[in-house]
Amino acid sequence: MKISVTVNGVQHTSDVEPRMLLVQYVREVLGLTGTNIGCDTSSCGACSLHVDGEAVKSCTLLAVQADGSSVTTIEGMAGADGSLHPMQKAFMENHGLQCGYCTPGMVMAATSLLKENPNPTEDDVRIGLEGNLCRCTGYHNIVKAVLAAAGK
Amino acid sequence: MIPAAFDYVRAGSAAEAISLIGEHGSDAKFLAGGHSLLPLMKLRLAQPSVLVDIGRVTDLSYVKDAGDHVAIGALTRHMDVENSPVLKEHAPLLAHAASHVGDPQVRHRGTIGGSIAHADPASDLPATTLALGATYVVQGPNGTREIAAGDFYKGFLESDLAADEMLTEIRVPKMNGAGWSFQKFNRRAQDWAIVGVAAWRRGSDSGVALVNMGQTPILASSVSSALAGGASVADAAEKAVAEASPSADNNASVEYRSHLAKVLVRRALEQAGS
Repeated sequence: MKISVTVNGVQHTSDVEPRMLLVQYVREVLGLTGTNIGCDTSSCGACSLHVDGEAVKSCTLLAVQADGSSVTTIEGMAGADGSLHPMQKAFMENHGLQCGYCTPGMVMAATSLLKENPNPTEDDVRIGLEGNLCRCTGYHNIVKAVLAAAGK
Repeated sequence: MIPAAFDYVRAGSAAEAISLIGEHGSDAKFLAGGHSLLPLMKLRLAQPSVLVDIGRVTDLSYVKDAGDHVAIGALTRHMDVENSPVLKEHAPLLAHAASHVGDPQVRHRGTIGGSIAHADPASDLPATTLALGATYVVQGPNGTREIAAGDFYKGFLESDLAADEMLTEIRVPKMNGAGWSFQKFNRRAQDWAIVGVAAWRRGSDSGVALVNMGQTPILASSVSSALAGGASVADAAEKAVAEASPSADNNASVEYRSHLAKVLVRRALEQAGS
C-alpha cells in the first residue's frame, strides 16, 4: 500500500506491506536507525518516537496507520546546524544515560511529557516515564535531566 | 516480531466499517488504536486475514454530557478519557482509571472502545464501566442496539458483539457525587493489574467490579448486597470473591489473588467512603 509520511520535516512516499511496523519503516526503509527496538512488545519504550507531536511506541503501530502523519525521530531533534535539542543537552549535562540504548526513547517520551506538562514535579516525571525502561537502572539521572530540561 | 500477512482496508465512517467487515467475513477484524490487537498479531496469537482500520473515524471520538449520563465515542483515546473535564466532573472514577491504562505512549493510541470490545478481564476499563453500570451502544448492518455492561462479557476475550457489529458509544451514568476508588495492584508500573478493583458508593448504593479475577470482568454484587444490608466495610469486603473465579499465573496463585481481592475491595470501600 502507498503511504505518505513526513519524517523529520521531509515527506516520503513509499509502497509498504500493510504488516510493516512503523519502527521497521523508519529503520529499514528510511535508514533512521536512531530509534531502537528493545522488547518489541510495547513494554520498554526504546522505540518511542513522535506521531503528530505525541510519543508512541513504534513497534505497536503499523506504518499504514501513520499514513498522512508527521513523524519525528531522535534524528529530527537536533537543529539543522547540529545544535542539540534542550532535552538532549540536559541528558548530556546530567549524565542521563549509561549504555545509551534506552536514550532515544527516553528523550522522545520526555519531550512529549513536557509538552503535556511543562512544569512537572519529580513524581510527575517518574510516572510520566513509566513506559520507558532503563536496564542499567539509571533512572536517577534521567529524572534529573528531564527536570533540568523543564528549568528546575 | 512481524504479524502474519493481512489485507488492509480503511473505513471513513461506522457505516462503511460495518459494510467492509460484512464483505470480508468473520476472519476480518476492526483495528482501532491497535494496542490490544497488534501485540496479539505480532505474537501470531491472532492472524486475521483482513484489518478494517477504523482509526480515522474521527466522529466517534468525543465525550458528551448527555443529561443523566456521559456519552463517550468508542474511538476516544485513553488520554482523552483521562483528561476530559466532563468525565472528571461526572464520572471521575472512569477518568482516573483511564490514567492507569498502560503508559502515556499506550494512552496516546489505545481507545476505550477497543479496550472494551477486546473484553480482556485483566484490562482496567471493562471492569470500571461494569462497576458504573454502563451501557454499550453497538451498530450492525441492521441498526443499533444497546447492551448493558453486565450482559456484554461472555468469556475470555469474548463479548456479545457479533462479527459484523461495531461498538460505537459507551454510556456511563453520572456518579452524582458518589465516593469512589480505583485500586490496581501490580509489580511493575505499566503492567496489567494482578488484581484491580473499581468501586463507588453513595448511601446504601454501590458498585464494585474486579479486574483479573475470572474469565470476564467480575461484578462483585455480593459486596454491594452486604453493604445495602448494613454490613461493615470489613464484612462486605469478605464477600469480594463470591462471584469471582480467578486463575493462577506467573504473578499469583488462586489463593493469593483471592486474598488480594478482599484486601483491595476493603481499601477501595474505605477510600470511597459512604
